[in-house]
Amino acid sequence: MERALSSFFPSPGRHARLVCGRAFAFNAAMQDPLPPAAAAMSPDDLLLAVGRARDRAAFAALFGHFAPRLKAYLRRLGADAQGAEELVQEVMLLVWRRAETFDPAQASAATWVFTIARNRRIDALRREQRPEIDPDDPALVPDPVEPADRTLETAQDSGRLRAAIRALPPEQAELLRMAYFEDKPHSAIAVERGLPLGTVKSRLRLALDRLRKALRDPS
Amino acid sequence: MSLPLHHPGDALLMDYAGGCLGEAGGLVVATHLALCPGCRCAVAELDAVGGALLEELEPDALAPGALDRLFARLDEPPPYEEPPTPPRIAPPAVPSLIPEPLRRYVGGNPAAMRWRMMAPGFQCVDIPLSRGERARLIRMKGGAAAPRHSHEGLELALVLDGGFSDALGQFARGDVAVGDGSIDHKPVADPEGCLCLSVTLGRLRLTGAVGRFLNPFMRL
Ligand SMILES: [Zn+2]
Repeated sequence: MERALSSFFPSPGRHARLVCGRAFAFNAAMQDPLPPAAAAMSPDDLLLAVGRARDRAAFAALFGHFAPRLKAYLRRLGADAQGAEELVQEVMLLVWRRAETFDPAQASAATWVFTIARNRRIDALRREQRPEIDPDDPALVPDPVEPADRTLETAQDSGRLRAAIRALPPEQAELLRMAYFEDKPHSAIAVERGLPLGTVKSRLRLALDRLRKALRDPS
Repeated sequence: MSLPLHHPGDALLMDYAGGCLGEAGGLVVATHLALCPGCRCAVAELDAVGGALLEELEPDALAPGALDRLFARLDEPPPYEEPPTPPRIAPPAVPSLIPEPLRRYVGGNPAAMRWRMMAPGFQCVDIPLSRGERARLIRMKGGAAAPRHSHEGLELALVLDGGFSDALGQFARGDVAVGDGSIDHKPVADPEGCLCLSVTLGRLRLTGAVGRFLNPFMRL
């Protein structure tokens, strides 16, 4: 099952399931007062409301939540303040236009938005193609495990994953941030940090073990 | 069809999910993903890590009026979306040996490609990528042995048809071999020959020491 990548494509065979009902507090960057209903909705619910009903209040709430984080993301990756503002506009416009392809059974709203921003950043700042699978390609080898049987569904609880990231020792968390936020392949990190290679390798391993446990642990 | 036994490994998958792997490495990883449900699942998890990291970022307030500006654009007709370059090739009626995303770079039919002789028993098709990176399709005759060569970085080879063997084992369709200076690997094509996608991640992104770090790691 390909969660984030294929979430750019409608998957009519799979019913969208809402599995997380996290209450969500929006930050002070909100620029419009929200109807109380929208303020209490999770990002997943908001994105579904945008996709199903072109709900502008829900989209404003999504903007209030994600836009300042997207700006921080793009600035960490080298965009200047104004360039980051422009890219945030483009990413959020894509969120608006593609919202109906969001499938919460495949990815959380944050993951879905992350993949859009990541790809837009590669295109705009690095001027590169990002090769991706085509889920409808007849040459694609299908997953032998039925999606319904997969424990990956528990990944919907992104709160648990975030808690696991927060709990990582700083040197492990830093390795993640370099790959996701600083455009530095792991292959380059050891040298740049002057760390022994074995140290980098075991830190990444430890970090991933913890995160996968958080994703897969059914408790 | 059997599933691949040799995978790119966590470091490359995370670099792909994080967005820091270049187009050449991404082409190998994504084409492997088309043939490997297990790594697709791993990348989905690593995408979720990206979502969680995004949530954890300290918000950076937008300039006043940003939301109003965006709202003014919501009703714009979507712009003509440029087709991806190189353009996507329509899926063939019979599943091709060459899955997407590689197919949109080279087409689906090896017989129709313009092969160039590299060495006896070896032919290749160069695949130009952005930013001067390069990938190659390589066709080896049965029994052909790769000439000894030194790796300037990290060499990735994805088998598409047939297979080869080296000191690290047998590689068949979908398998990714990760080569670096630390291993004197000398691939020999299986009797039926071998078709593979090959890229070298150069010193621009990788240093010589990296192979020693990555290789054992990625074979875990
Ligand atoms: Zn794999």
